[in-house]
This record gives sequence, C-alpha cells and structure tokens, in this order.
Amino acid sequence: MSVVTPTRATIPKPRGNGRQARTAALLLAPFAVIFLGMYLAPLCFAVYRSLFVLKRDGLGLTAPTLVFDPFTNYLKAFTDPVFIESLGRVLLFGVVQVPIMLALATGLALLIDSRSARAKGFFRLTSFLPYAVPGVIAALMWSFLYSGTSSPINALLAPLGIEIPFLGEDMVLWSVANIVTWGWTGYNMIIIYAALQSIPGEILEAAKIDGASAWNIAWNIKIPMVRPALILTAVFSIIGTAQLYNEPKVLQSVSGGSIDSAFTPLMAAQAATAAQNYPYAAATSVILAVLVGILSITFFKITNRGSDA
Amino acid sequence: MSSQLTADDSLSPADPKTNMAPPPATRARLGRNFGAARGSGPRNNRETSLAGRLVVTIVLGCFALYFLVPIWWLLVAASKPMGEQFSAPGFWFNGMHLGSNVGELLTSRDGIFMRWILNSIFYAGVGAIVGTLLASMAGYALAKYRFRGREVVFGVVLAAVLIPKILFTLPLYLMFSEVGLINNPLAVILPSIVSPFGVYLSRVFAAQSVPDEIIEAARIDGVGEVGIYFRIGLRMMTPVLVTIFLFNFVEIWNNYLLPAMVINDSSLQPVTVGLVSWFASNGKVPMSLVVIGALVSIIPLLLLFLFLQRFWKAGLTAGALK
Repeated sequence: MSVVTPTRATIPKPRGNGRQARTAALLLAPFAVIFLGMYLAPLCFAVYRSLFVLKRDGLGLTAPTLVFDPFTNYLKAFTDPVFIESLGRVLLFGVVQVPIMLALATGLALLIDSRSARAKGFFRLTSFLPYAVPGVIAALMWSFLYSGTSSPINALLAPLGIEIPFLGEDMVLWSVANIVTWGWTGYNMIIIYAALQSIPGEILEAAKIDGASAWNIAWNIKIPMVRPALILTAVFSIIGTAQLYNEPKVLQSVSGGSIDSAFTPLMAAQAATAAQNYPYAAATSVILAVLVGILSITFFKITNRGSDA
Repeated sequence: MSSQLTADDSLSPADPKTNMAPPPATRARLGRNFGAARGSGPRNNRETSLAGRLVVTIVLGCFALYFLVPIWWLLVAASKPMGEQFSAPGFWFNGMHLGSNVGELLTSRDGIFMRWILNSIFYAGVGAIVGTLLASMAGYALAKYRFRGREVVFGVVLAAVLIPKILFTLPLYLMFSEVGLINNPLAVILPSIVSPFGVYLSRVFAAQSVPDEIIEAARIDGVGEVGIYFRIGLRMMTPVLVTIFLFNFVEIWNNYLLPAMVINDSSLQPVTVGLVSWFASNGKVPMSLVVIGALVSIIPLLLLFLFLQRFWKAGLTAGALK
C-alpha cells in the first residue's frame, strides 16, 4: 500500500501545499464521488423534474407529455389542502411529542444519574433497547397491541371498563407519537446522560456541602449544565418529526381509514410517486428538503448564538 | 428518525472545543477535555435514604416496563401455538412452541424469510464496511492535511448531516428509475455507503488521537502518505471505526423507504420490506407468521446491540478515568 518516495526521505515534511493537497484529494475522492452522486445529483435531478408538468390529452388516449412549466407543481403543492394538512399534522405532532419525549428522556437520565439509582446498567440497557428495533418492526409490534379486535392492552383494561380506541380518528396521531416516543426516548436519554456524567464532581460536591437538595441540584445545576445536549436532542427530534413516515405507513393498512395515504408530507410525496406523478412528487420532495434544511440551519444558528453568549 | 449528528456547534472546523455532545462512546474516547465523571454507586449508600432509593427504583421500573412490554408481548405471542398468536392472555405464555413456529416461518413460502434476513445482512454489512472505510479516509484527510477548500468541504459534510437521508429517497428513486437501477442491489447499497456523520466523527477523532509526531516519524522512515493512512491512521482510529460501523449497520438494517421504493423483486428485499409486505397482504399471509417473523428479525440487531453496548459502556468509563 505504501508509496515509497526515497528522494523525499531527506525532506521528511512534505514541502509544497501541492503534495498535501494531492494526498488529501486522493483520500477524499471516493467519499466525494459517492456523495455527489447520491446527495447532490438526485436533488438536482428532482429540482429539474419538478420544473415540468405532465400534460394529458382530454381523452387519455396518448401517453402524457412533459411540458416545461416551472411554477405549476410548486403552486399546486402549496395550494393542495391535503399536502398543507399533512404539514400541519406533523407540526402539531412535533409540538406535542418532542417536548414530552425530551422531558421523559431528561427525567430518565437524571434518575439513572442520581445517587439513589441501583442497577444503572440494566436500566440504561432496557431504555436503549428499542433503538435496536427497526421503526417499521416497532410499528408492527405496536399495531398488534393497538388492534381493535385483539388488543392485549384493552384486554387488561376491560375489567376497569376502559377501552382505548388506539386507531380511532382522534387517537391515531398520538398512537403514532407513542411508537416514536418508545423508540427514541432511550437514545436521547443516552446523549443527555453522557452530558450529565461529564459535569465535574467538585461542582456537585460543593452544592451538596452548601445544603442543596437532590431536587435543587438537578434543577439548578445539572439541567442548565446539560443545556447543549438538550438543544441538540431537540433539534434532531424536530428534524425527525419532519420525516415521519415508517410508523404511520405501517399502521395505515390496519387503521381502517384513520390514516390516509397523505397522512404526513413524506407519505404524500411517496403517494405521488406511486401514482407515477413524478414531477409533483419531485416538487414536494424539494419543498420538504428545503423546509427541513432551513429549519436545521436556523436552529443551528440560534443554538450557536446561545452558547457564544 | 434523525441521523445522529453531534456536531461542533460553531460549524467552524478549526474550533477545537466541541460544545455539543458527540455520542457517548466517542465523546468519552475523545478524551480529557470532556471532564471527569464523578464517583457513584454503592459507596454513597449512607448518603441516600431508603425511601429515596425505593421511589427512584419504582419510577425506573415503570420506564423499564414501558420499554420492555412490546418486546415481551412479541416473545410471548411468538411462543404460542401456531395460529393462536392473538389469544388471551395477551401477556402470558400458552405453552412453548417458539422452536416449531420459527421452523415453520423458515420453511413457509420457499424459505423467503431467511432470504430476506440474508439480504439485510448483506446490505447492512457491505454498506457499513465500505461506508466506514470511505468516511474514515475522508475524515482523516480533513483532520491531517491542510489544503484549500478544506473548510468548505467540511461545511458541506456538516450540512449533509443536518438534512436527513430519508428526504433524498424519492429523488434517488426518480434518478434510479431514469438510469435503470431499479431492482438492482446497488440502488440500496450506493446511497447507504455515504455517511456524512461518519466523516464528521472520523475528523474529530483523527484530529485528537492520531498524533502528528507519529505521522512525521513515519514520513522520516520513508512511508508514503497513503501508506501512513492505511498502516497508522486506520489502526489508531479503530475505536471510532467500530462506532461508525455500528451506526451505519443499524441505520441500513432499519431502513425501509429506500429499499421499499427501489426493490420490487421480493427475493432481493431486506427483511423490513418483506415483513411489511406480509403485514399489508390483507390476510394472504397469516398474521401469525408476521408476529414470529418480527421477533426473529429483531434478534440479529439485538445481539449486535448487546455487543455494541459494551463499546458504549467501555467508552463511557474510559472517558471517565482520564
């Protein structure tokens, strides 16, 4: 593997920027090529496709033709009530589910980090276990637990006279939220827990000597000190919400219609693809990527400013 | 859901202080500047009250119950006699038929299920190995060489981490159907081997744990630059490579939308896509098989994960000791 260059042996440090740059380029090239091909190329292609419109003749006798018309697909997406509704739905989902999940993750991390906790390893392991279960498999499992006819959860609740319509029109979004919470609380907990572990012991010791209670230490010292980890998990949970797909997609076939094919923006885009309406699918994909990109970068900038101050 | 970025807050590659937390394993391995953890455990017994320990344990127990119940149900249901997966009691065994059920799963429909598992192992294995190698080369180059445009390249990589991969799936599908890559395993593997997050981790790790002195020494010994990477860089980066490999593997194994879009041929599908197709088959495939298949499909990752857990834990304690 080595490229021996004896003439250089007397001049150990590569002199010119040129040689450094050449080696760096060589090492970067394989990643760069695939990256361009699998990230930039499809995005550019989607933008290109989205600028055309499928025109069918009135009778549908001939194959539809593509006509250059750069705004129609975007206009259609932004005036499509189904697409707008799906955006609103994931927004509502994010506003409710993300804070709940992060509160649970933070509480769990604080508890496992507390001096009163026993069997920390066991609890860390069980919390993180759902991360190893693929999203669609988790959704399959929960769909059986939710089932209208054979839900074992409802079977347990039956003696109390309670029956939860997990897949009902009003409930189903929160049933999906539960699957996501189940899958990702432990993952977020691990990130927050690691941040808790790196708080210097002296600070906590000092607070204790000053007579601060465990509750006070958690609220006034630990949580402020893990703020960067909390912001990080929040940003990624919000981005995660925007790409909600697997869980509602799996539940769709047993939802009895409470989940339609455009339940989330990504499902709407996928449905357009399945219907062979490629230009419209391309436009919605581009809109989603741009929205998420703006969201991410905005959060990144805000958190940046916060930590510089 | 989201990929796991834990990026340098400042977006500036030159900034050595990472305000945001890298994932635990790396964070700990990255070394000293993350601070020392404090002592905990039994020796603090006298400082905590029995009531406090009891309350904490009960609350933690409730969390554990929540996380374990669906998996427990799956195990119980998959152990019931074939065809009675949904019989009461929901959360308790009715005989132990797991072995024969799995046997039936593996032989039904010409053994397609085993085929799916092998496909998943192939896609995730190849994708994760190649992806880790490419990411480590790129990260090492970004950490150890000065060249024009370095900052720009790293900025692009960070931006890519911030936009989740799943959003590229439909554009990829449009592109692949244009160039005739549909139903080709490459359509799953090629996008999977791009790991911007891996590049980020490699760069941070290489900057901290591959000393310039050793690279200098190798240069004096006449080792070529690429040779230095393969002989020294790769070896010194092993811990982070394992972390990247595991992240990649889990991500590819769990992927659903991409393979569902680009692979229609059932014998080429990974297990996630295959099982969901059974699930949504409107009763053409008995739901019992889906239940048993779901249990079997999570076993490889659970095993890998237990192995991974050791890495995470080792990372945490190694960091704590420094």
